Amino acid sequence: MTVRVSVVAALAALVLLVVIFELIRSRRLHERYAILWLVTGGIILVLAVWRDALNVLADAVGIAYPPSALFALAALFILIVLLHYSTVISKLADQNRILAQRLGLLENKLDKERRRTEVG
Amino acid sequence: MTQKITTGAHQAVDPRLAGLRRIAIVPAYNEVGAIESVIAEIRAVDPALAIVVMDDGSSDGTAARALELGVEVVRLPYNLGIGGAMQAGYQYAREQGFDLAIQVDGDGQHDPREIAKLVEPILEGVADMVVGTRFAGGKHYRPPFARRIGIQIFAAVVSLIVHQRVTDTTSGFRAVNRLGIALFAADYPHDYPEVETTVLVHRHRMRMVEVPVGMRTRATGRSSITIFQSIYYMLKVSLALFVGLFRRHSPPVEGE
Repeated sequence: MTVRVSVVAALAALVLLVVIFELIRSRRLHERYAILWLVTGGIILVLAVWRDALNVLADAVGIAYPPSALFALAALFILIVLLHYSTVISKLADQNRILAQRLGLLENKLDKERRRTEVG
Repeated sequence: MTQKITTGAHQAVDPRLAGLRRIAIVPAYNEVGAIESVIAEIRAVDPALAIVVMDDGSSDGTAARALELGVEVVRLPYNLGIGGAMQAGYQYAREQGFDLAIQVDGDGQHDPREIAKLVEPILEGVADMVVGTRFAGGKHYRPPFARRIGIQIFAAVVSLIVHQRVTDTTSGFRAVNRLGIALFAADYPHDYPEVETTVLVHRHRMRMVEVPVGMRTRATGRSSITIFQSIYYMLKVSLALFVGLFRRHSPPVEGE
């Protein structure tokens, strides 16, 4: 029964790793944003296969059914990835705003220059 | 106040303003119906006051109308919100070396005839930022109940933080000197900036003074705030204020 859980979890982690690899390979995902995902997939894979480690971990945090610890850990990593993405989005929004402001000021300058040369 | 010189058709312009390069920053988002009278009123008050309209991604031809009227226009490529638009305005003022910047909303709710009052504390050298308040000094402005409660809560909280009585934290009718221009060009809060700028100014050890002014109800257009935005506003500003208390602030910026 629990062996089946391990196999499914290991397969899911493998698929995740392959998809991430393919996304990096085809340049659709920057390495810097893939690292957290790779760590997530890697840890799930290791714990799915290496049952002793999972048992020790589950026991340490008081989870009776070890595969639950596996999914709790996966959920934790997904939270971390999402939080990381929120910071990335905030940074992008800031950079976007700065670009928009610069563009507006530059266009104003350009228009002014154009009007000046047309008059002169 | 000192004596004033009357210049023809225009209202008296304070002689202390001579030699001070001053600019009205007019944020406008879809204000094609109001922008013309706003600009005319500003010009009537002080012909030497430069005007820049910050067109915050309007789709109704606000920028074109303003250009026809011969004022400077900075067109932002998309709607940044009042915070981003005003910061760009202060960046413009800093780049162009202005000494005094007055924020006048493009919707006509601010009466440019009150600009003299706003500028007074800066000319006296007692303030770096002056905010026109609708509440102090016996002005009879009564906003709707929910809004009034919100304003009062923020006024109380901000007063505590800045150790100074602040009555109107949502007023966007304000004037700043070179120090204020430099600060806001470099650092300006997003979304709904009015409450946070008051704290920001305090944290940079700059002086803020409130001056009672009359304000009008909106001339045209719609208020940009809906009920959900109000809730978001309360949450966002509260969070910003709270986190801001734990943020380290650089020493006061020097005017360039």
